[in-house]
Amino acid sequence: MTDATFSPARRQSALGKTALRWGLYIILALFAVYYLLPLFVMVTTSLKSLEEIRTGDLVALPREITFDAWRTAWSEACTGIQCEGVRPYFWNSVLIAVPGVVISTLLGAVNGYVIAQWRFKGANIIFALMLFGCFIPFQVVLLPMARLLGMMGIAGTIPGLIFVHVIYGIGFTTLFFRNYYVTIPQELVKAAKVDGATFLRIFWSIFLPLSLPIIVVSIIWQFTQIWNDFLFGVSFSQAGTQPVTVALNNIVNSTTGVKEYNVDMAAAIIAALPTLLVYVVAGKYFIRGLTAGSVKG
Amino acid sequence: MAKWFESHLPKIVLAPSFIAVLIFVYGFIGWTAWVSLTRSRLLPKYEIEGFIQYERLFDSPRWDTAITNLYIFGGLYIGISMVLGLILAILLDQNIRTEGAIRTIYLYPMALSMIVTGTAWKWILNPGLGVQNMVQGWGFENFTFDWLVNPDRAIYAIILAAIWQSSGFVMALFLAGLRSVDTEIIRAAQVDGIPTWRVYTAIIIPSMAPIFLSAFIVLAHLAIKSFDLVIALTGGGPGYATDLPATYMYAMAFSRGDIGQAASSAMIMMLVVFAIIVPYLYSELRVTKHD
Amino acid sequence: MAPILDIRNLYKNYGSVEILKDINVAIEPGDFLVLVGPSGCGKSTLLNCIAGLEPISGGSIAIGGDDMTNVSPKDRDIAMVFQSYALYPTMSVAKNITFGMKVRGVDQATQDRKLADVARQLQIEPLLNRRPGQLSGGQRQRVAMGRALVRDPKLFLFDEPLSNLDAKLRVEMRTEIKSLHQNLGASMVYVTHDQIEAMTLATKIVVMKAGVIQQIGSPSEIYNRPANLFVADFMGSPAMNLIPAKARTNGGGTTIEIARREGEPIVLNDPRAKDLPADVIVGLRPEDIAEPGFRHGETVQQADCRVDIVEPAGADTYVMTHLGGKPVTARMHSETEAAAGNVHTFAFDLAKVSYFEPETGHRLN
Repeated sequence: MTDATFSPARRQSALGKTALRWGLYIILALFAVYYLLPLFVMVTTSLKSLEEIRTGDLVALPREITFDAWRTAWSEACTGIQCEGVRPYFWNSVLIAVPGVVISTLLGAVNGYVIAQWRFKGANIIFALMLFGCFIPFQVVLLPMARLLGMMGIAGTIPGLIFVHVIYGIGFTTLFFRNYYVTIPQELVKAAKVDGATFLRIFWSIFLPLSLPIIVVSIIWQFTQIWNDFLFGVSFSQAGTQPVTVALNNIVNSTTGVKEYNVDMAAAIIAALPTLLVYVVAGKYFIRGLTAGSVKG
Repeated sequence: MAKWFESHLPKIVLAPSFIAVLIFVYGFIGWTAWVSLTRSRLLPKYEIEGFIQYERLFDSPRWDTAITNLYIFGGLYIGISMVLGLILAILLDQNIRTEGAIRTIYLYPMALSMIVTGTAWKWILNPGLGVQNMVQGWGFENFTFDWLVNPDRAIYAIILAAIWQSSGFVMALFLAGLRSVDTEIIRAAQVDGIPTWRVYTAIIIPSMAPIFLSAFIVLAHLAIKSFDLVIALTGGGPGYATDLPATYMYAMAFSRGDIGQAASSAMIMMLVVFAIIVPYLYSELRVTKHD
Repeated sequence: MAPILDIRNLYKNYGSVEILKDINVAIEPGDFLVLVGPSGCGKSTLLNCIAGLEPISGGSIAIGGDDMTNVSPKDRDIAMVFQSYALYPTMSVAKNITFGMKVRGVDQATQDRKLADVARQLQIEPLLNRRPGQLSGGQRQRVAMGRALVRDPKLFLFDEPLSNLDAKLRVEMRTEIKSLHQNLGASMVYVTHDQIEAMTLATKIVVMKAGVIQQIGSPSEIYNRPANLFVADFMGSPAMNLIPAKARTNGGGTTIEIARREGEPIVLNDPRAKDLPADVIVGLRPEDIAEPGFRHGETVQQADCRVDIVEPAGADTYVMTHLGGKPVTARMHSETEAAAGNVHTFAFDLAKVSYFEPETGHRLN
């Protein structure tokens, strides 16, 4: 490789630079195709009839657009013996995700506030222990959790799943809020104390109004985690309470009848839509959550 | 009394979460560790019998496959994702006009559930109507691309999908790292007449060591926990060909009714994660103490 | 009159580390107490202890005659201005100032009246609806002062309030704080590492080092009669010259012998000093060393020294030489003929000289 600025033939080097630039864009475009192709195939397949799928090309656009597969996926597809589509499971996921996100975010906010701003002896150890809880492989808690949910009488119920998601989500939400609050000078709490405000008043009047960006990060992270979860869903749910990921897997991998690829794809897109939507609308916060979860601070 | 309450309120507020973590993380790990040392089968037993479950585990050909697969999967998935992520990050770092849009496209798979990713790739890779069929349709009659149903190749199909899912994320991590390098150093190098590629290899990339470590930790952690993608793509098959420790554990726990095996395999996974995460967390927390 | 603030035998430990050792300070109403010292000397910790933001490990603190040792900050009748100003970021300037009253349940009419008073006093009326993020450093400083003023407390506490301002603004705000103190007649405790701030503001200075009080006194006491080498070196700019010398008592006083780099030692005669040990450190402020004829009297004596460096500083010119193995600064007038490398005649005025014990650093005279 030679550096263009050292080349004596300036015109040639300018030409080379343009060519390099074009090459760069072409490579980037090819990768864009690589990342987009599966989504493209999913969408087109879901809009084709089974007949067209069998005879046509994988990447071809549908000759005739039909929404039959979507209708079937939403309300008729079979997950094992039931044939109600993904609709009831989609709502199950909503019922699990909404309280799960709200409760774990609230707890994380309060925990982060205490750990970052009301440091007491041992607070750092508590934080380290909670942080480690984020990283354990959940397989190691599956068996005792299944027994505990049974003992509590919430095995296979939606509250049971909410409980599990909150428990294993607070490590992350605490991390988010702790790292956010730790950048706020401690003098703020001192000033408020001198002003006469109490622990909860300071949180409510001063810290919570400051926290909008990190609340968004936490909500998006928890929502994506809970919505996309499969392991807890498949381990701790039963026929009527399964989340949409489990239902999708059952539709795709049920071996009875004719394989309806278009229905599979429509169901997969339905299952993916909420998190994709969140990503498109608030991608910045989504990435912040991802990187906050991996690179501290 | 009220004064005591107010002054201890921070601890009181933190207590429920902390107790929950103690019980549901550390207590449960303890329970699993205990049960992994017993003869538990369908129901847990609590008499310690030593390491018989681990002996059974290491004698099991299916576990052997799962571990071999973890090596292959982990090595290729982490390696390729990092290389691809780094290349993409460097390419995107060249003042690309449409950077925002391209970044969005590269990263969106990370927002999808592994089950959705698995479903999509299962369709694309299925030999009957997927890529193989398509290329054959173009006139290459002998083209075969049957990874999904070929026991020797199926694990690579999973790797392909996993890389698709997370390489964009690695790219985002690296891009942030590239951007955080002190621009004065880069300018100084440019003034010194150092070619761009040398600036990358000699200055920028070495200063990103912590990011490499972070990316490695995240990917290793994802690799060990990989479960959903295998279930959706191959269900662990053909046969046991694509079993990973996570699917092995699940099968033992919920379909084979072998709690002892489930517990001991979970403990092995735990130990692997432990070996990777603990030094990392330790160094991270030590850094925080200084600020 | 009872002291407004009375600190007795105060100790503060973090684990086994002693941060503050046996602190005893008392101030009268209307005093302006400045705690000064290098960073890490414990001055901010002491202020936080006074505020009740840090628990103390031993001793007692009384404000207005009442023991405050176990009283929470809100009940101590204090107000505090912080280094980072600590303005509540999501509240407007007006809300920042009234937050304390709101928390305490003061009625709206009183809040409005007091807010208007303080805003007028500090000339921040146009800023009342802005957020702290939209203010300049100086404006934030004023709002932080307003938040303290509106409380009308027994005691004001300031924690390095000017250290985040640029040099010019710092001088302006310093004057403003001083006039505020004079107009209000309030009692104030002020922490700074800047000895000039301490000298200009204080009615009483506490110099601290490593958690121990080095000296308590009025600015002139601290400046003219530093209690030890640390205070002598820390207070005053340029710093006091601290010159190792030999002392010999004779009939009419004491002879001080100071080594020069070349030639015989300088011999100065201090008619007032007596009972000095053989080895002493002579402390002379730069303004007490100058051109011959700058002052007259029996304490003024001359000697020739080689000039190392000449630093013009506008009104004065600082001339450096080398005495007793140490660089020594003299403050000469701006038209001095001293030039680097030449020999120049220096006049030493021993009227305000300090003598220190070299080992312990204690003052001897």
